[in-house]
Amino acid sequence: MSALFTLETAAGTLNAAAPLILAALAGVVCERSGVVNIALEGIMLCAAFTGVAVTHALSPAGAAHASAWAPWAGVAAAAAAAVAVALLHGVVSIHVRANQIISGVAINILAVGLTQFLCYLVFKSSSNSAVVASLPRWGAGAFRYSPLVWFAFAAIPLVHLLLYRTVFGLRLRAVGEHPTAADTLGIRPVRVRYAAVALSGALAGLGGAALASDVSQFVQNMTAGRGYIALAAMIFGKWTPCGAAAACFLFAFADNAQIALQEKIPPQFAQSIPYLLTILVLAGFVGKARAPEALGKPYAKTD
Amino acid sequence: MPSAVEMIGIEKRFPRVVANHDVNFSVEEGEIHALVGENGAGKSTLMKVLYGLYAPDGGTVRVFGKEMREFSPAAAIAAGIGMVHQHFMLVPTLTVAENVMLGMEPRRGPFFARGRAETEVGALSEKYGLRVDPGARIEELSVGLEQRVEILKVLARGARILILDEPTAVLTPQEVEDLYATLRSLKAQGKTVIFITHKLKEVRAITDRLTVLRRGATVGTVASAETSQEQIAEMMVGRPVSLRVEKTAAMPTAPVLEVRHLCAEKLNDVTLEVRAGEILGIAGVEGNGQSELLECLSGLREAESGEVVLGGEDLSAAGPPAWFRAGLAVIPEDRLKRGLVGDYSVADNLVLGRHRLPRYTSTGFVRAGARDADAEELIRRFDVRPPEKSVEARSLSGGNQQKVIIARELSRVPRFLLAAHPTRGVDIGAIEFIHKAIVAERDRGVGVLLVSAELSEVMALSDRIAVMYGGRIVGVVSAASADEKSLGLLMAGGKAAS
Repeated sequence: MSALFTLETAAGTLNAAAPLILAALAGVVCERSGVVNIALEGIMLCAAFTGVAVTHALSPAGAAHASAWAPWAGVAAAAAAAVAVALLHGVVSIHVRANQIISGVAINILAVGLTQFLCYLVFKSSSNSAVVASLPRWGAGAFRYSPLVWFAFAAIPLVHLLLYRTVFGLRLRAVGEHPTAADTLGIRPVRVRYAAVALSGALAGLGGAALASDVSQFVQNMTAGRGYIALAAMIFGKWTPCGAAAACFLFAFADNAQIALQEKIPPQFAQSIPYLLTILVLAGFVGKARAPEALGKPYAKTD
Repeated sequence: MPSAVEMIGIEKRFPRVVANHDVNFSVEEGEIHALVGENGAGKSTLMKVLYGLYAPDGGTVRVFGKEMREFSPAAAIAAGIGMVHQHFMLVPTLTVAENVMLGMEPRRGPFFARGRAETEVGALSEKYGLRVDPGARIEELSVGLEQRVEILKVLARGARILILDEPTAVLTPQEVEDLYATLRSLKAQGKTVIFITHKLKEVRAITDRLTVLRRGATVGTVASAETSQEQIAEMMVGRPVSLRVEKTAAMPTAPVLEVRHLCAEKLNDVTLEVRAGEILGIAGVEGNGQSELLECLSGLREAESGEVVLGGEDLSAAGPPAWFRAGLAVIPEDRLKRGLVGDYSVADNLVLGRHRLPRYTSTGFVRAGARDADAEELIRRFDVRPPEKSVEARSLSGGNQQKVIIARELSRVPRFLLAAHPTRGVDIGAIEFIHKAIVAERDRGVGVLLVSAELSEVMALSDRIAVMYGGRIVGVVSAASADEKSLGLLMAGGKAAS
């Protein structure tokens, strides 16, 4: 088992954790405001594709000759696309007051098909894109990562500060627990929720960009359930940024461990480890986690 | 000097009802003014208009002589109005200081200045004598303290007029006294208080004047001290109402329920007896084992030791079906939790528990004809309003929900009736009806066990009174010789004064 605890697995774990962390933080921000965000999966996928496509479009001479800023523009585009998709979810769940689970699932299904279709249009293949220029790698030794990975780690304390120390965070949590109370004090629950959904979209989008930037291309359905695992991590972490991030590290470790374990046990079984862990964690440990009181309940002034 | 509040010709319509029609309401600065009326009389609607939660469809609102043009809580707060809602508007996971300052948070850049918020709330709570720890989380507080936080919230926004919506409904008697003291001190500091209630006693205890609403319209404004409870009740209901329970002396016969040395959670060696044809009232501060006793006496909780016998049959370990077969009828503590299925129609609720009788079912299907015919008959007999068998039980007023339960339970023709808080949250008119129905059952020879948080109700309705304290029966007195003071002493755990 010593192979599980090498420097390489540690480095691999951190790398795999980053997109999960960004998505889980996105989930925390959104759900603490009272909006269920099961659409994380689809948002990440759309962002991953948009980032790659924009980087590609800005590098007419091919990946090798792309200018240094093309991948950065890709990141910005990924975040923007993610905010747009998140706001679509926002309009459906906040304004139209439709069922938030269904809206999220619909976005996830749409994202799979839409990215495949657009991938075919742009790259003449629906399974994967061309390899595009990648972001620089920062760090040293085995720990050389894309800036997005470092940003994911920095985002943990930042989101924590945002939620628990700022006025905006206080209002966001109040709206997620008791929107009517906030409304009677002159806070607009609808506005706060839109802001939370947009921020959530940006974070999940950076998560999707991190995923694509890791392999410098888009692969169909490359999120492979990470949005859902991030949701599980969020619940396991009791809707707190630090707890959710810790759970992401655990899942990322499991994901890396299964690769190392594939030599010893059948790979089909090894590959299912992170997902089995998700189920076990949700079934076994969450017990007392309390979701925000108004989670999933659209706010209507009239009652 | 202009009035603190003047509302003239207020009109507010909802899709199916007119909630306020030509309502006139005015309050002078520095008075405590009650707004009374039955459920659905339009009190809350009128106050929501004043607080800007609803825009009126017609009429004028003036606050300190200035006409309100915009209807929003923000505008109302700016005009000096604050509202303490019946269902508290507090975020349970946040602290007292956070709740009070929400929406007007002291800042340091983008950050919430927690220390400053707690100092400010502490100073405010000192100033008005509303003691509460600014750093405590709301979910750790008692209901009485939560209400203080609500009042602080309103005062922090500079309110000069406080609206309190049914503030005593959720409080213990001691907390009610504290609230009265707070209101008097607020009045002494020049604040104006509007007090929404339907409890007549407190209207006279604490308010200077009162305005009565009935069916969305103003009946009149009178001085509280110069108006009797009976007069206020008549204004509210629109006809003379008897506030006393009319009954003859009980003629009890053999015991129907016998409880011997019953022990269970929170119950410590309870022994009591209810005879056929009498009402035994249980007095006591809530939480002294009454709920557990009720559960033991309806098959919802198993006794740890001791005996419970109904009509000669030992039911200590029996579940609800056996209890019902032995002749039990229950008016439960919480109507919507244990008495009714809120989303079911009145007709369906009326057959609950009897739905397997051949009259109501055949080969697995509901006999809708029999169900509906019987529902119509019961609705008429028990005066359920509106007289519609197909409306959801949830949409009925508290009193009418209670009537549906009573109709169902009494149509079983029970030999023992367990009545828990039968008139809690019920209109005056319906209280009279329910009391009469319970007394009629007694006269028919049913044994009745009454549990009520209202001592006055226990005293008015019972033939004998048992006082419960700390899970025990600490004394049994005949209702004729009972007085409030000695009962109160027993309820507080003191020895019976002989």
